[in-house]
Amino acid sequence: MEKFTVVTGIAAPMMMPNINTDAISPMAAGRSTATDLGVMLFANWRYRLDGSEIGDFVLNREPFRRSKTIVAGENFGCGSSRERAVWALMRFGIRCVIAPSFADIFRENAFQNGLLPVVVGTQECASLAAALECAQEPLVTVDLERCVVQGPEGWTSSFVVPTERRTALLEGLDEIDVILRMAKDIDAFQRRDREQRPWIYLER
Amino acid sequence: MSANPQAKTLVEKIWESHVIAELSDGRTLLHVDRHFLHDGTSRQAFDGMRRMRRPVRNRDLTFAVVDHIVSTLPGRTGESHPPGRERIHALRDNCREFDLELYDVDSPHQGIAHVVAPERGITLPGCTLACGDSHTATNGGLGALAWGIGTTEVMHVMAAQALLQRKPQQMRISFSGSIGPGVFAKDLILYFIARHGVAAGSGCAVEYAGAAIRSAPIEARMTICNMSIELGARFGIVAPDEVTFDYVAGRPFAPTGMQWERAVDAWRKLGTDLDARFDREFEIDCAGIAPQVTWGNSPQEAVGIDDALPNPADIPEPGRRQAVERAYTYMDLEPGRKLEGVPIDFAFIGSCTNARLSDLEAAARVLRGRKVKDGVTALAVPGSMAVKSAAEAAGLDKVFIEAGFEWRNAGCSMCVGSNGDLVPPGKRSISTTNRNFEHRQGPHSRTHLASPASVAAAAVSGCITDVRRLLDRR
Ligand code: SF4
Repeated sequence: MEKFTVVTGIAAPMMMPNINTDAISPMAAGRSTATDLGVMLFANWRYRLDGSEIGDFVLNREPFRRSKTIVAGENFGCGSSRERAVWALMRFGIRCVIAPSFADIFRENAFQNGLLPVVVGTQECASLAAALECAQEPLVTVDLERCVVQGPEGWTSSFVVPTERRTALLEGLDEIDVILRMAKDIDAFQRRDREQRPWIYLER
Repeated sequence: MSANPQAKTLVEKIWESHVIAELSDGRTLLHVDRHFLHDGTSRQAFDGMRRMRRPVRNRDLTFAVVDHIVSTLPGRTGESHPPGRERIHALRDNCREFDLELYDVDSPHQGIAHVVAPERGITLPGCTLACGDSHTATNGGLGALAWGIGTTEVMHVMAAQALLQRKPQQMRISFSGSIGPGVFAKDLILYFIARHGVAAGSGCAVEYAGAAIRSAPIEARMTICNMSIELGARFGIVAPDEVTFDYVAGRPFAPTGMQWERAVDAWRKLGTDLDARFDREFEIDCAGIAPQVTWGNSPQEAVGIDDALPNPADIPEPGRRQAVERAYTYMDLEPGRKLEGVPIDFAFIGSCTNARLSDLEAAARVLRGRKVKDGVTALAVPGSMAVKSAAEAAGLDKVFIEAGFEWRNAGCSMCVGSNGDLVPPGKRSISTTNRNFEHRQGPHSRTHLASPASVAAAAVSGCITDVRRLLDRR
């Protein structure tokens, strides 16, 4: 997994609530011939049916074309479980999404890949988005070591990330290694469980 | 607060019986009894397994199916939808290499994962089941703890038959009161989501309870559990009871003989204890619920067929207000009007929400002796090939075909359009699926979610209509 320590970069305000994974990474899009996930990020919002760009969509505007962070409304990433949504964001260059809340599966997928979901309050998110809209340099620094976000005009906020997630991100650890270290426990569980619930084990 | 700290919910009981280890950070390594793979989200997980040089740990507990990207046209093969060909081949090759059971395009058991797992008896009460698809909670209708995962976690289950999880919060929705004519499971769950929003169940496992659930058949329970994710919950479940055991008995992978007796004994003990504590509780009286139809681009944007569409000016919060205004533009509708009479171009009956036999029967009851309105394209896509055969044995295919529906083979089809079954730009569809997001059924398509009976009623009327009127005339 890609490490995350401190990321400084352009942050794009997208203050809609309930931005879903179909919007982030559409299955069927006007530009369905493109296979690069980053090009297909928000494809139906970025491109017209003929493939031309929709100029006023935030990620098509300078300097937001180079965004590393997105600031969004509540329940970001709701909808389907497709991990492609996280891959598409990262492929585009996004390393962090700041929102008042995230959908459960999206948050899980984000942590598994080194994309940091940062929860800050609704009002704070709105004020950060507003500051980004009018800033000369809409820069945000996300510091996972200190768990602090800094935005334009002195905007700053702290956030909380579960300890194990923080460690994994800082060191770039894959969860599968943690799980496989417990192989003996899994063996023991299945041995016991076979006695108690033999109907679960199908022995094909 | 509970007087008895030992009292447990259904979800807690299943959870605790699957704990392999508790980690010091508060996470649990949980055993996964059943794993379902499909063509949409498994490929990179297989790649990961190859990189780690690992076999699938429990091949006997792992099943695979083609559903998302497969053509539904008559006489289809894996080659019929060229953009899907490569992914179908990849799944075949992967299942061969890792020696896994695959329900391929030509298998009589092929269908949508969440339809196939219950009907094969792969899903059992009290079991845990994971699948790389957010609607996995459908299996909760049988009293299984089932949830959707991403591709990295698909690899975790392949390698370890286990997942690291944090215990969800406990939520219960009780449906009471009698359900009116023309109102179905789909209407109940849409009604709840419309009232409480798409994040009502965030972080929760939802148990559906109450008299209306107890008297509901298994397929209706699955429809309700299916849409748990549309209220933000990863898990949805109904306590197993006699109705469940009757459904499971005799299915291919269900236990038999002595094992069946033992299993049922264990399953009977799973129900939530009387004084168990829930973090969130809701009561819904079904008596006043009308057929529901969505008007916007979020499942919470649903109204009763008699209701006027809401006015964005009444929404104080600017982000929400803008989202609603945007939905009106996208859907080309105005606040204040009713949905009745809005003309439709497509009618779709299918998906893991509403494509089981009882759904097709409900639609056929409306269609019998009627014709799909000129200019409307109508598709019936059974949830599995087994559902299709059962429907044909009951003569339902003739009802659909005579009414002017296309009668297709099983798959996800127009629910997500990744097999090429698309609603064209600007066209309006009424659909038994679960998501009305922008562009979901095709770029610039407009989707209204409803029950199979309501979709059938719209198909023959050429516009969104109150299905109860069509039932009354019988
Ligand atoms: S039918 Fe639709 S919701 Fe169900 S699994 Fe297929 S794509 Fe997903």
